[in-house]
Amino acid sequence: MGYDVQAIRQQFPILNQEIHGRPLVYLDNAATAQKPIAVIDAISDYYLNYNANVHRGVHTLSQRATDAMEAVREDVRAHINAAETAEIIFTRGITDSINTIAFGMGAIVKKGQNIVITAVEHHSNIVPWQMLCQRTGAELRHLPMNEHGEVVLDGIEDIIDEHTAMVAFNHISNALGTINPVEAILERAQEVGAWTLVDGAQSGPHAKVDVRSWDVDFFTLSSHKMYGPTGLGVLYGKREKLEALPPYQGGGEMIATVTLEQSTYAGLPHKFEAGTPHIEGIIGFGAALKFINEVGVEAIAAHEKELLDYATEECASIEGFRVIGDSKNKASVLSFVVEGTHPYDLGVLLDQQGVAVRTGQHCTQPIMDAFCIDGTARASFAMYNTKEEIDLFKAALEKAVTMLR
Amino acid sequence: MATIKERQEVLVEEFEFFDEWMDKYNHIIEMGKSLGALPEEKKTDDSLVQGCQSKVWLHAEKNGDNVRFQADADAIIAKGIVAMLIDVFDNQPAKEIAAADLGFLEEIGLKDHLSPTRANGLMSMIKQMKFYALAFAG
Repeated sequence: MGYDVQAIRQQFPILNQEIHGRPLVYLDNAATAQKPIAVIDAISDYYLNYNANVHRGVHTLSQRATDAMEAVREDVRAHINAAETAEIIFTRGITDSINTIAFGMGAIVKKGQNIVITAVEHHSNIVPWQMLCQRTGAELRHLPMNEHGEVVLDGIEDIIDEHTAMVAFNHISNALGTINPVEAILERAQEVGAWTLVDGAQSGPHAKVDVRSWDVDFFTLSSHKMYGPTGLGVLYGKREKLEALPPYQGGGEMIATVTLEQSTYAGLPHKFEAGTPHIEGIIGFGAALKFINEVGVEAIAAHEKELLDYATEECASIEGFRVIGDSKNKASVLSFVVEGTHPYDLGVLLDQQGVAVRTGQHCTQPIMDAFCIDGTARASFAMYNTKEEIDLFKAALEKAVTMLR
Repeated sequence: MATIKERQEVLVEEFEFFDEWMDKYNHIIEMGKSLGALPEEKKTDDSLVQGCQSKVWLHAEKNGDNVRFQADADAIIAKGIVAMLIDVFDNQPAKEIAAADLGFLEEIGLKDHLSPTRANGLMSMIKQMKFYALAFAG
């Protein structure tokens, strides 16, 4: 049986509504994806039937909540093929994951070393490293980008050198959709013994990642971009690397013993999970993972690629339409400008016609500066979008452009 | 000369003419297009209104007891919104601008329609205009 997008849509009740009297066309999936009934039900079930704090309780509800949460840790491990569940840490999101590593590396990185990112990073994978460099005196470098929005590998040997402590970059760019040459960058980093971190914010919902085949040190995912609840991220780290880092935050759950003078820390993963975890979020994320895997990550990616190609082709006939980031190797994001219009105006008029897109700089000011633009409008696709929706989007865009010119 | 209140009434009447929000937006766009450009030398960082997703420049000058406003924006809807505010406030007494109640925004439905998006900066523009008026009135 083929990909049944209508059956999938039925799992997302939020899609079935009108905005300003028009059917909702939700194309802001790179910002956050909608949640299927299975996720909403899992969260309700937790609060209706077994809400309790985890890990410390001896009573039955606490045990059930702990079991449910820890089962998700195992599901995540299996999803990314990590070696052990202790390497899966639940965080508040990708920003929190990256800050955890960048903070911890403050104890390791020295002046004279460097950190390497790329020119297509989200602010969350720029600022924590800038802060690390300010604290340690290390140098922040980046791999440049070409006019297609692709990371350029020429000169990588000079940029990533024997003084490189960390190479951190995203798998897929949120602003442009470009799929980065992960393996080539990792290969060079590993050659010089640098640590590596891949930000999977945008790849999580579209690509299956095997952290051991990449041999990457750290990998991070965002629940809410993968049809799960907000406020939850995953940080995968190799045991030896996580053990080498000091904890990011102190508090309950992350300790072994505490006296008023000093404490010893718990082992992995708890060392990096201070405080009561986002239990409902973790349980909801477990349901989201199951849902994604039932539909099939490859089937989702193929469907979205079809939508992206269709949208790119269709919109090309709009006068002055220009794709920002026109790499052949892209996932699910159509970032664009239309000559003679401002992205903000396009966003407002699309919303008036029921179409939700994002406008602005997408937390990637350096990319916008490189393209000499103030921002873009961005349509991003998910498993539940349809070609009919792209037709509505195109018609709405044409109408907006006519009004604005 | 029409007062702030009278100018608001005229705007409300204009917008009553349109049933559909797309048509109301079209009218805002037309107002934006007919507002002249601000000379480049007046588009300074100081005149940028904070809190808008697009760039909005607002320039104010004292004219006796009154305040003259000029503005520009790189997005046409933002420019239309600021054009509407200029329509209401330009060359009005500073004291009255500072104290003015902008009921027309609610009557037109603009407040409900625009404020949730935050990015349009409607509130920031009003705040900035009143701020100038207060400074000149003092």
